[in-house]
Amino acid sequence: MSMIPNFGSDDSDRKLAIICSKGNLDMAYPGLILGNAALGEGVELHLFFTFWGFDMIIKSRMNDLQFSPAGNTALHLPIGDMHMPQSLAPAMTGMATKMLKDQLKALEIPEVPDFLDQIVAAGGHLWACRLSADMNKVVESDLRDDVEGIISASDFIEMTEGAQLLFI
Amino acid sequence: MPVIEIAGRQVHVNEEGFLTEYDEWSEEIAGILAKQIDIDLTDAHWRCIRFLRDDFKTAGETATSRRVQNVGGIPVKEQFELFPKKPAKKMAYIAGLPKPKGCV
Repeated sequence: MSMIPNFGSDDSDRKLAIICSKGNLDMAYPGLILGNAALGEGVELHLFFTFWGFDMIIKSRMNDLQFSPAGNTALHLPIGDMHMPQSLAPAMTGMATKMLKDQLKALEIPEVPDFLDQIVAAGGHLWACRLSADMNKVVESDLRDDVEGIISASDFIEMTEGAQLLFI
Repeated sequence: MPVIEIAGRQVHVNEEGFLTEYDEWSEEIAGILAKQIDIDLTDAHWRCIRFLRDDFKTAGETATSRRVQNVGGIPVKEQFELFPKKPAKKMAYIAGLPKPKGCV
């Protein structure tokens, strides 16, 4: 009797495209974690950065993403389930960012640029949005070198034919 | 848990076919497991498998691809070349360990 795990067929054409539209530190991670997991499952991955998501791939900004508790009523104080008073939240970006970074580090989750390095090493593709680039006067040399191109919305739709799509 | 015979030895596996007992694994078994998923083991493959085995002993769980890179020193890119498509799971299978639980 032999039992062999099913590692999927080698010619599977499953494809995942994730639109990363947020530049807050906490919202950078869902796309990175899912994209990385998809690659590890043999799924072709395309990350498309648009609007605020550009901060994840702009060289001068990507190391300094921040997390703000403002407007996020799900952030609780370390005492029971007490809410963080929203009136205090706007002043707490620095502290909240540091706390989140420490928590991620403790779980050995890489920082955003390092995480994207890993995704590219695993075969993931990075793309930037044409309109966002034009609006922000960003050119290719401002972006990570491994961004494969600044492409239009139509290019993206064409390229992701048959893909599963996720907007973050 | 099913018991199956590999290389003339009885080994315990889970419902997917991953070995469940650390000490029932042998290098000979690894060779057979690898062949079953179309991988011919080279020295580079063995480096990954030995790291996974040693790391499991101390860490108590199977290393993820990231850990194999950061602690084991084998770049993610190389892991994908050696164990195409699903490196973390394939390495674990051949090393006779459970699938990694970590998300990253």
